[in-house]
Amino acid sequence: MEHALNELAPVAVQKVSYLWLIPLFPAVGAFINSLFGIRIQRALGKRAVHFISVGVMVLSLAVAVRAFAELYSLAPEERFLQQTLWRMVTADRLSFDLAFALDPLSMMMVLIITFIGTLIHVFSIGYMADEPSYWRFFAYLNLFVFAMLLLVMGDNFAVMFFGWEGVGLASYLLIAFWYTDIEKAKAGMKAFVVNRFGDFGFILGLFLLFWTLGGVWEPRADVRSLTYHPEIGEQAVPDARNLYEAVGPKAVEKGGRSVKIGPTLNFRELRDQVAIESTGVAEHLKHQTVWGFALMAVVGILLFVGAMGKSAQLPLYVWLPDAMAGPTPVSALIHAATMVTAGVYMVARLSYLYALSPTAMGWVAIIGALTAFFAASIGFFQYDIKKVLAYSTVSQLGFMFIGVGVGAFWAGTYHLLTHAFFKACLFLGSGSVILGCHHEQDMRKMGGLKKHMPVTAWTYLIACVTIAGFPVASGFYSKDEILWKAFCARDLAFLGHSAPWLGPAIFVLGILAATGTSFYMFRSYYMTFTGSYRGGEGHVEEHDEDPHAARSAPHHATPAHPQDNVDPDLGTHAAPHAAHAVQAPHAAAHAKDDHGAHGAADHAHHGGVPHESPLSITFVLVVLAAGSVLAGLLGIPSLWSHTEPILERWLAPSLPAEVHFEEFSHSTELLFQFIGVAAATVGWFFARLLFKDGKSPVPARLKRRFFSAWTVVYNKYYVDEAYHALVVRPALFLARFLFWFDQHVIDWLVNFVAWLGRLLASIDGAIDTYVVDGAVNAVAGVTTEAGRALRRIETGRITTYLYGLTLGSLLVVLINFLFR
Amino acid sequence: MAHVTLSHFLVVAGLLFVLGLLTVLTRRNAVAILMGVELLLNAANLNLVAFNHYVVGGIGGQAFSLFVIVLAAAEAAVGLAIILSIFHTFKTIDVRAADLMRE
Repeated sequence: MEHALNELAPVAVQKVSYLWLIPLFPAVGAFINSLFGIRIQRALGKRAVHFISVGVMVLSLAVAVRAFAELYSLAPEERFLQQTLWRMVTADRLSFDLAFALDPLSMMMVLIITFIGTLIHVFSIGYMADEPSYWRFFAYLNLFVFAMLLLVMGDNFAVMFFGWEGVGLASYLLIAFWYTDIEKAKAGMKAFVVNRFGDFGFILGLFLLFWTLGGVWEPRADVRSLTYHPEIGEQAVPDARNLYEAVGPKAVEKGGRSVKIGPTLNFRELRDQVAIESTGVAEHLKHQTVWGFALMAVVGILLFVGAMGKSAQLPLYVWLPDAMAGPTPVSALIHAATMVTAGVYMVARLSYLYALSPTAMGWVAIIGALTAFFAASIGFFQYDIKKVLAYSTVSQLGFMFIGVGVGAFWAGTYHLLTHAFFKACLFLGSGSVILGCHHEQDMRKMGGLKKHMPVTAWTYLIACVTIAGFPVASGFYSKDEILWKAFCARDLAFLGHSAPWLGPAIFVLGILAATGTSFYMFRSYYMTFTGSYRGGEGHVEEHDEDPHAARSAPHHATPAHPQDNVDPDLGTHAAPHAAHAVQAPHAAAHAKDDHGAHGAADHAHHGGVPHESPLSITFVLVVLAAGSVLAGLLGIPSLWSHTEPILERWLAPSLPAEVHFEEFSHSTELLFQFIGVAAATVGWFFARLLFKDGKSPVPARLKRRFFSAWTVVYNKYYVDEAYHALVVRPALFLARFLFWFDQHVIDWLVNFVAWLGRLLASIDGAIDTYVVDGAVNAVAGVTTEAGRALRRIETGRITTYLYGLTLGSLLVVLINFLFR
Repeated sequence: MAHVTLSHFLVVAGLLFVLGLLTVLTRRNAVAILMGVELLLNAANLNLVAFNHYVVGGIGGQAFSLFVIVLAAAEAAVGLAIILSIFHTFKTIDVRAADLMRE
């Protein structure tokens, strides 16, 4: 794929009118189920609830397929469907629309989300069948799909950010789905708070980018020297609207379409002005600095901080393993297949920006490689099957970031696609196992399940083969491409210094991580499905040896919860959640996926024998296993087929960035593919040696021998504890200090002010009482007294008046005589 | 025998007036007050007649005093009626009792 940047044309936009339907359907489903779900469930049963929820997913998938057909029928460089609904915000130079866009990259994401989302909705019908707040679960799932579709379909950063935060919300709600269990509620909060750290970086990067693009036209002497067409800038500044209409003089001819230059939140406008070299924007951006750092590196790294939170990379990965507290379908959909890949999607979407800064790319690749290796090593010794898969997810996300970090954007994205299939399959397989084993997640209490659950076992094995990277399935093609490109990458830089050694170093870490992946995945397979069942009789004993379980079991049996007895299906969710609360300490020990009443009921039915899951579950597993194998066809390396892989060709229009790779001979590439297979084989070999049938005594001996090292790794390198000491405790200390400060200083100030106010008020009151009221009362008093004195005159007797008359007459006569 | 002059008439009339006035001012019996008023009117009549005889001549003064006598009769009728009404209301003709206007 040789794209010369200066040959790129602006994106040709095909306006369509149905894109909004894709996110609308899940939104409608979420709306109906969240507002009326409880009534629907009570009146029409759970069937109605999942009929709505799955129905909207199918509709959404149908529209997505329709969009795909239209996109596919277009010429490759014209594959860009766009729909603007309305303008959301206009504020001076900032304006953005509620608009959706589908290019090959987001199309791929939408198909993954709607297709795997639909499958997982179907899976949930079986998995959540005993959940009283069934409607709430499906409402949240639909809400999540809606937000995720906004994220990938957004035509600008704003819509993407709405989705970005929306999936965070849905993730929080679903992790803390059984919120009466304090541990699960805490896990939800942890996910939310850790993501907040990432989002902070993301939004800072976004602001910096916007500000920088504004600077292309606005001279700011204090920060940077303006070298690019200052005269146009001066013309453009007075009229903000002109910034959007202003066209670079050389860019006009590009394909007969104009390129808008200036600050924008729109991906397409950003892509056009940055990726088309003749606008000069890219050249300009490359040489900008902010506080002495290369600006594009800062922007890239800050945006990547957002990806680190959302996609669980070092050091913000800690929330993902805890997120396994949520129901297993949630882990599969959100915390493996879709949401956690949002960061990868974002980096791929902004490939043209990252391509401007080798430092940012190097940073992404380093973090990815370290995460891949680090998380794989934690996966070695976990006993909780979901925890193994959680660390595996973190590790695989690391691989994706290696891909997009070294510049093999399509390979990282391809791994995203294959991972969505095989990790969803693995998670749902583990869900099926957990259901089959009556909500047991500890692999030490499993074993031999292949006999009881053949479909689950086979699909799990296929997914293991896929993730381990054997060339029969898709995982090999994506992982091998990533590692090969990492080895070939020479353009990376480490904190501003060119570092050609970085690519091979990342390759070595990646190969080690791949070996580890193969090891721990097959370990989980052998521990779970081979040997003899270790949990059978244990179920009876478990109640004796585990005080919490013993306490909770009679709890379910007693008619303490009227709802449970009257109507086990439709009882309000309060009662079973109360059961969770009782089991909280029990769940805290293993973060179990049990749901109260269900566990107890199942024990009674099956007497502790694992059973195969219902058809709705096995069907989904088979589809996903098939998908994880067949997805390999999309990425057959050109070394074998002498043509570009299908997916690379498909994604090419969305990934205009060009990164330089060292050329090697075909035999070298073949050698590296062999190394990849060898790594997978080594991992598989040791896993089989140590864990097949659970017979080998070696693991136990090794564990005793290296007990201190084992303890450190088993406890996840004490990262959570370190976080606790470094972040949580200082934060709590700060909170307590601020509380003290608030209580003593602020409150003192407030009270002092209040006291002052009261003092002034009392003075004022005194003045009012004695001066103002005094004057008023004095007037009144004088009047009253005068009236009282004068009323003596008015006796009401004629005689008195006559006296007055007589005296008055005499007086008149007297005066007449005296003063004449 | 001394000649009767205007001054004699005026002194008698003045005495009558003062007696009438004192009666009106000091008596509490409403009928007595009415009689005092009669004295006042007659003192005035005496003056009218005396001035007509000594100063003016003609019959204007006499005619006027006749009017006053008629007026006095009417006044006595109305006054007695009022006194009856007061007696009805207060069961007394003591004018001090009739002080409803006071408060």
